[in-house]
Amino acid sequence: MKKYFSFFRLRFSMGLQYRTAALAGIVTQFTWGAMEVLAFRAFYETDANSFPMSLSATCTYVWLQQAFLALFAAWLMDNELLESIINGNIAYELCRPIHIYDMWFSKSIANRLAKALLRSFPIIFIAACLPAPYGLSLPADPGYFLLFLLTLVLGLAVTVSFCMLVHVLAFFTISPRGLQMIFVSAADFFAGGIIPLPFFPKKVQFFMELLPFASMQNVPLRVYSGSMTEAELAKALGLQILWLLLLLAGGRKLCQYGEQKLTVQGG
Amino acid sequence: MITMEHVCKSYRIAKRNAGFKEACKALFHREQEEIQALRDVSFTIQDGEMVGYIGPNGAGKSSTIKILSGILTPDSGQCLVNGLIPWKNRIRHVKEIGVVFGQRSQLWWDVPVIDSFLLLKDIYSIPDSVYRSNTDELTELLHLKELLRTPARQLSLGQRMRCEIAASLLHSPKILFLDEPTIGLDAVSKLAVRDFIRSQNQLHGTTVILTTHDMQDIEALTSRILLIGRGEILLDGTLEDIKRGGQTIDETIAQLYQEYEI
Repeated sequence: MKKYFSFFRLRFSMGLQYRTAALAGIVTQFTWGAMEVLAFRAFYETDANSFPMSLSATCTYVWLQQAFLALFAAWLMDNELLESIINGNIAYELCRPIHIYDMWFSKSIANRLAKALLRSFPIIFIAACLPAPYGLSLPADPGYFLLFLLTLVLGLAVTVSFCMLVHVLAFFTISPRGLQMIFVSAADFFAGGIIPLPFFPKKVQFFMELLPFASMQNVPLRVYSGSMTEAELAKALGLQILWLLLLLAGGRKLCQYGEQKLTVQGG
Repeated sequence: MITMEHVCKSYRIAKRNAGFKEACKALFHREQEEIQALRDVSFTIQDGEMVGYIGPNGAGKSSTIKILSGILTPDSGQCLVNGLIPWKNRIRHVKEIGVVFGQRSQLWWDVPVIDSFLLLKDIYSIPDSVYRSNTDELTELLHLKELLRTPARQLSLGQRMRCEIAASLLHSPKILFLDEPTIGLDAVSKLAVRDFIRSQNQLHGTTVILTTHDMQDIEALTSRILLIGRGEILLDGTLEDIKRGGQTIDETIAQLYQEYEI
């Protein structure tokens, strides 16, 4: 266990040293969030009653999403891992007494946490200072905040284990780009990265909520503003845990199979 | 002890002729050729031996090293390293070995070298006292004092290679696989690395298997030579066996290659 924590620690401290990238990220995320809030404002002005969430809840969703983008964005693949597969440096990692999957998993989590830590606080702070209903409002009550934290952690784990699956698939292809594109776009759309899931038609929404993508950012971002009923919440939590276990088991199996088949080419 | 018996490995390689027309043809029909990288390779290496593994480009040297270090599964044949099958008991096996791939890097690019070392300490669960004495020894022998606090990306090739070799020895492995360890080193570093490998062998009885194209490495380090060509072991003997009077080692080897038509 200590080995994997060391990977986590080193990757985390490494992530903290890219300050300019973090600043650029903050500016981008803040601008993007502001644009989304303005767009939603225009929609709500036509008919506020035809939306499933209040404007204030939607804005809170947008700001939290931007603040924690690094935790949930499926397109934030770990390029180091992909490159090590493409250029063969994975040879060294296979020479270590470690499980490749677990090592990559801890690296990925560390990478995302380090990024999020640098970016989230300034965005949360600025968004909280914006006037209602455009800013980030307080959580519905302290209980919901704790649930938010719990589902946030689960959502991060589901996101990373999903991305790991895509990483591991790189074992079997010459270039991972194609698979990455498909999975990333699908994940972003179905996770509620573009518009929140409640905005979809009821029937579509029912199926979308069963998919693993709905167990990523969708749950914590909606729990925060208290817009989920108790039954919905229990179902969402159950699905998060179920998908996490399935994705982990599938990823590890596939990784073991890949290691056996792997050929490191060249000198 | 290392034993390899009747190990075979083949790769499938896609081939086509040059040009756009050929590329279009390859869309529909892919020509594949099977290359026998290793055919029926057998040898035994005792503990504490220093063996030079030589052969022309593409002879199968790296494939052998990869099989021995557990990252490649052969098609057929038996292989035991200290009683373990490398690719089956990968995790237990790799605890006991150190590997340097001269063409690749194991150091973390953006952090000081010492951070990579500390990570390796945890990966191999090296006790504090062992880690300290090993780093002290390696730092002194390979002249790393100034380098350890520098990020790996800012080291020159030779400096980095010295750090790579040190990194592979932190956990006091019983067997050391060196795949072209002196690539790109200047004369001083080369001598330092050679002295160092020799002292590891003498002090700790480390078994060393070395592939290289630098025949001076072979001459300076190894007592036994395995010559591989087209995937077969062609010769297993001492340097004296193959050396003829008055010739330099490079000439001898070139003649050997010609003799075996490899």
